[in-house]
Amino acid sequence: MSDPIGTENLLRLELHDLHVALGGRMVPFAGYEMPVQYPAGVLKEHLHTRIAAGLFDVSHMGQVILKPKKSLADLALGFEELVPVDALDLPIGRQRYGMFTDANGGILDDLMFANRGDHLFVVVNAACKAADIAHMKANLAAVAEVVPITNRALLALQGPMAEAALSRLVPGIAAMRFMDMAFLEWSGVELWVSRSGYTGEDGFEISLPNAHAKAFAEALLHEPEVQPVGLGARDSLRLEAGLCLYGHDLDQTTTPVMGNLTWAISKARRAGGEREGGFPGAAKILHELAHGTDRLRVGLRPEGRAPMREGTELYVGSDLVGSITSGGYGPSVAAPIAMGYVTAAHAKIGAKLEAELRGKRLPVTVCALPFHPTTYKR
Amino acid sequence: MKYTKDHEWLRVEGDLVVVGITEHAATQLGDVVFVELPEVETMVAEGDEVCVIESVKAASDILAPIDGEIVAVNEALVDNPALVNEDPTGAAWFFKLRLDDMSVLDDFMDEDEYAELIG
Repeated sequence: MSDPIGTENLLRLELHDLHVALGGRMVPFAGYEMPVQYPAGVLKEHLHTRIAAGLFDVSHMGQVILKPKKSLADLALGFEELVPVDALDLPIGRQRYGMFTDANGGILDDLMFANRGDHLFVVVNAACKAADIAHMKANLAAVAEVVPITNRALLALQGPMAEAALSRLVPGIAAMRFMDMAFLEWSGVELWVSRSGYTGEDGFEISLPNAHAKAFAEALLHEPEVQPVGLGARDSLRLEAGLCLYGHDLDQTTTPVMGNLTWAISKARRAGGEREGGFPGAAKILHELAHGTDRLRVGLRPEGRAPMREGTELYVGSDLVGSITSGGYGPSVAAPIAMGYVTAAHAKIGAKLEAELRGKRLPVTVCALPFHPTTYKR
Repeated sequence: MKYTKDHEWLRVEGDLVVVGITEHAATQLGDVVFVELPEVETMVAEGDEVCVIESVKAASDILAPIDGEIVAVNEALVDNPALVNEDPTGAAWFFKLRLDDMSVLDDFMDEDEYAELIG
């Protein structure tokens, strides 16, 4: 119930005026003024995305092109020195999830990268983008020119009707599969489209020049399935989908193995793989892959109705066994949901824990992720 | 109706004061998904956190606006927290207080003063 927070020194999105005109409530986020919700509200925006299509402005995220100095293979091998992921064998027109690790195996940021034929295209989190760009410039100087893209907006259209709505404007998107990346055209404007997102739904992320972003966003909003969706619902959607939020569920104290992201560590980079190790913290991460970790990220279901937020401590008897890193109410689950880290002994699905909430102990059960089934078009 | 700077409304009902949150507060909170009410027959002091109210995104507290005894709570909010958004100044009252001295209500804002506060 606090009054609006000061918005001095915040960056404005290219579509700022459109958000305001749509009734968006602007709040500070990662150095930007961002719409947290529109008049429909977080609940309706969330549910609309699950049944139709939600339009998100994610232009605050960092878009970076890596131009190879010699060859793409040379660049990919250089990039592999920063991530525990296979970049060399990523086919042209495909995108992959990864993370920059540090010397201790901690996560500096999580990211998406795509092979676009003659270069790599990387999308990183807004709060980390300056550090990520510096990290890439410092470590890829021999193999790549690091080019931050600052003149393009990034929009996400997510939900089961995203394909139908977007294909009326850009027919080529219907042929894409989950994690494809393509150059397409709308009214003579080059779009960089990926079939991916952060909601657990089928959907697309579209990068386009700032000068055309408003017209394109308005054209999308004109489609009957499409409603604007703010950061509030983006957070509840990604939580239901079991997706991590950097700085909350992942940080430099968590490795990819602790973060339950072993699926993202490519075979080629694991023990016995063609290019085993060779990324920061490899010794620790490979050891954890073989022998496990002392704590793990898990899904958590509070048994009552009270949402449990970040920082809530988890106990078994008098032992502190972990804490919640993301939590709230899941509108599609219609119940409180959370993610957090617990000691390995208590990380099994079905394990009974207790959360300490406002001086009371309330039961919580470790559960499988995601909370809401994903519907990617594989 | 009287108003507090914490965006609560106070309505006299016989010898009791009914407390809820204003429409402005409900709008700012967004979709309410959880309400925790105090026990009846609890003595509260001004500023005590007496209710927890959670929207999809955030948790906040409702503070006791005045010293008094909680004599009734609105259990309907527990089963249907969305009432807070649907009818904040009517069906979505939170609790009823018994005061020693009703004259303390004079110190709170009237509707015009509250309208000025929220601009």
